[in-house]
Amino acid sequence: MTTVKESFFYQVFWTRFRTNRFAITGGVVVILLFFLSLLAPYITPYGPDDLDLFHVLMPPSSAHWFGTDDLGRDVLTRMIHGATISLKVGFVAAGIAVIIGTVIGLVSGYYFGWVDNILMRFVDIMLCFPTFFLILAVIAFLGQSIWYIMIIIGLTGWMGVARLVRAEVLSIRERDYIMAVRALGAGDLRIIFRHILPNAMSPVLVSATLGVAGAILTESALSFLGIGVPPPTPSWGNILTSGKDYIEFAWWLTLYPGLAITVTVLAYYLVGEGIRDALDPRLNR
Amino acid sequence: MIPLFLGITLITFVVIHIAPGEPVEMQIAMNPKVTAEARERLRKFYGLDKPLYVQYAVWVKKLAMLDFGRSFAPGNRPVVDRIKERIPVTLSLNIIALIIEFGVAIPIGILAAIRRDTLFDKGMTVFVFIGFAVPTFWLALLLMYLFGVKLGWLPISGLHSMGSEGFTRIHWFLDLLKHLILPVSVAAFGSLAGLSRYMRSTMLDVIRQDYITTARAKGLPERAVIFRHALRNALLPVITLLGLSVPGLIGGSVIFETIFAIPGMGQLFYGGVMARDYPLVMGILVIGAGLTLAGNLLADVGYAMADPRIRHGKG
Repeated sequence: MTTVKESFFYQVFWTRFRTNRFAITGGVVVILLFFLSLLAPYITPYGPDDLDLFHVLMPPSSAHWFGTDDLGRDVLTRMIHGATISLKVGFVAAGIAVIIGTVIGLVSGYYFGWVDNILMRFVDIMLCFPTFFLILAVIAFLGQSIWYIMIIIGLTGWMGVARLVRAEVLSIRERDYIMAVRALGAGDLRIIFRHILPNAMSPVLVSATLGVAGAILTESALSFLGIGVPPPTPSWGNILTSGKDYIEFAWWLTLYPGLAITVTVLAYYLVGEGIRDALDPRLNR
Repeated sequence: MIPLFLGITLITFVVIHIAPGEPVEMQIAMNPKVTAEARERLRKFYGLDKPLYVQYAVWVKKLAMLDFGRSFAPGNRPVVDRIKERIPVTLSLNIIALIIEFGVAIPIGILAAIRRDTLFDKGMTVFVFIGFAVPTFWLALLLMYLFGVKLGWLPISGLHSMGSEGFTRIHWFLDLLKHLILPVSVAAFGSLAGLSRYMRSTMLDVIRQDYITTARAKGLPERAVIFRHALRNALLPVITLLGLSVPGLIGGSVIFETIFAIPGMGQLFYGGVMARDYPLVMGILVIGAGLTLAGNLLADVGYAMADPRIRHGKG
């Protein structure tokens, strides 16, 4: 159901977003990456695990645009397949973080009092941990698997969202229209999900986009340290691990995957910032 | 403080014990001759035969007396000793990085705010976004390649050169400094972008306030408006950020310490995790979180000292 007011809101949002050149550039890159990872098996001339021991550590050439690695595998092919992993990890991890954060933020903000107190202390405690240490320990102890990585990154990344949503809920719950629905006899669940959540969506949307970028960075760092995506599955991080080992002979193993991470993360940041700017009422001029 | 700290210990304990497998199995796997009896003896020795809540209670009781247990690694040295010898390296590296970071980011943020929408501001915005996106470990590799391998100007691993024990004091210090340049720049770069962006937005917020308009209206020179009236207020939130940046810095130390082979806490942690050295890993997690608590406390005190509104309880 789209009311006149809602469609006006989206129009204003889209107009603001569209005029932001940075955000549009980021959006285009994000969409391109999607297609690239969807089409990965069809557009790459080699398989991601095709060994070629006669062409080990070959510099970029017309046959291998980004060179080959220490086992003779085509770096470009592995990077394109790595894009799929990065996007998967980014979306699932950010999704988990956003769902947990939103639920905790909603409950905390709506019911305040002791529930809020306990939940927010829990947030404080979680924020004290050097997150990367926590992730590292849990994954190393549980065993390497792409699913553990997504879940653990999500489980350690929801605190910011929870705080943002809570702050938003605290201000929304005092508005007149919430009083009005309550007077009409709506239950807590209905008020929370039907009337508060839609109005608290903007920080959620922004955190989700930025969360994807953060999760991609974390995954690449984990894979780089050798406890992320288990080889031979290609990921940008674990290509960089061999880049480190052969840094004296094979710069291409380091340069290209790093550039791919940077460009991808940058694209998500730009989109996230674009959404924030388009939604932020303080920027109304 | 105390409940927060108890919460930290509880989460640490639960997180570490969720994982299947026991540390004893690690030692057994390496030595096939271990019998079932010996295995039980080992479990008893480490207290693993007791129920989990007893293990937790015993662990916390010992923590209260700063006893972190003994490391599982060969030698079975107390965890406290192993951490103690690593903390100074990580802490001093991070403090130097923090000073550089704030020294660079604050002027950048302020300039970008005062000259809003100029070429400088836009250039800085682009730089900040790229800074957000570049993975630190990749940056470390690039710098290593450029300054270490290609140009050969800087050493790329460790803190001292071979045979540095025989150096004169000045020579030794210069050698250390040279080894520190790359890791410190990488550590500082990590949050440079975020901080300068934050500084810019708080400065912009302050400039829009009524008291700045008042200061301008009464004819103060722009310089005095910015430095005396705006800057002081814009710097306040940065103090809080100082406390908040502690966990990120400690977490980041795993990455650059393993890349640059620096014998700090991050490297110790990585080794501990790989060897499933439970007491060591739990000890470092608790100490890392404790350092963050301390950082936040320091930031609160600093804030109170800097802001009379809070000091006099009118905030």
